[in-house]
Amino acid sequence: MATPKPRVKVPKTATAGEVIVLKTLISHDMESGQRKDKEGKVIPRQIINKFSCEFNGQPVFSCDLDPAISANPYFEFTAKVTESGTFKFTWVDDDGSTYTDEQKIDVK
Amino acid sequence: MKLNRRQVFALSAGAAVMAVAGIRAVPAHAAAEDTEKRIMEFTGGKTPESGKLTLTAPEIAENGNTVPVSVNVESAMAGDDMVESVIILAEGNPNPEVATFNFTAMSGTAAATTRMRLAKTQNVIAVARMADGSVFMDKKEVKVTIGGCGG
Repeated sequence: MATPKPRVKVPKTATAGEVIVLKTLISHDMESGQRKDKEGKVIPRQIINKFSCEFNGQPVFSCDLDPAISANPYFEFTAKVTESGTFKFTWVDDDGSTYTDEQKIDVK
Repeated sequence: MKLNRRQVFALSAGAAVMAVAGIRAVPAHAAAEDTEKRIMEFTGGKTPESGKLTLTAPEIAENGNTVPVSVNVESAMAGDDMVESVIILAEGNPNPEVATFNFTAMSGTAAATTRMRLAKTQNVIAVARMADGSVFMDKKEVKVTIGGCGG
């Protein structure tokens, strides 16, 4: 599997106190551990088990994922912004690796 | 009973679908009591009430591999009126857990959307736990045309 590639959509600007919508997607097979290969052996589970979003170091939203989440996990959630800063998004893989992305927002 | 040509076609197509469905059936599906147990673990033994929480999922999902699902809880997201977590469960999947969302005051609203896998037609359940300890539940039946658990 190719290295998972995160894609994040954050508005560039917002007014203070506005509730903005954030959209994230990461390319990942999310192998459920239920499927079998051609020889009938179970393909071992490998999913992203944790997703979290922080704003200037403060937690905004997080999610524990189970194998029932579709391949290329997609999340849409909201954040209330009061100041300019950086959103940091983190995905944690079953194999221990983490994938991150950062997006800046300008709050007027 | 005499069958005409059209009925014979319909019957054989039906039989073929049944055969395929039989092969694809996964033996281990989460029983309703498993789901019930998971809800009790999440709520700490409280029976969830209805209201406040809205679960949105399609009535009919053509492809069980990606079924959009949204949760929305009415809440000011400040002080005591705050949503801690929302769990999504699917009764008919091999494991009932789908996802757990954790919200904070910085979330602004307790609303989130994701995409899930459903093995077959089943009830999807969402349970919300508030900061003051109260719990709310919503349930939707989703009809699945093609299951999404491999096979």
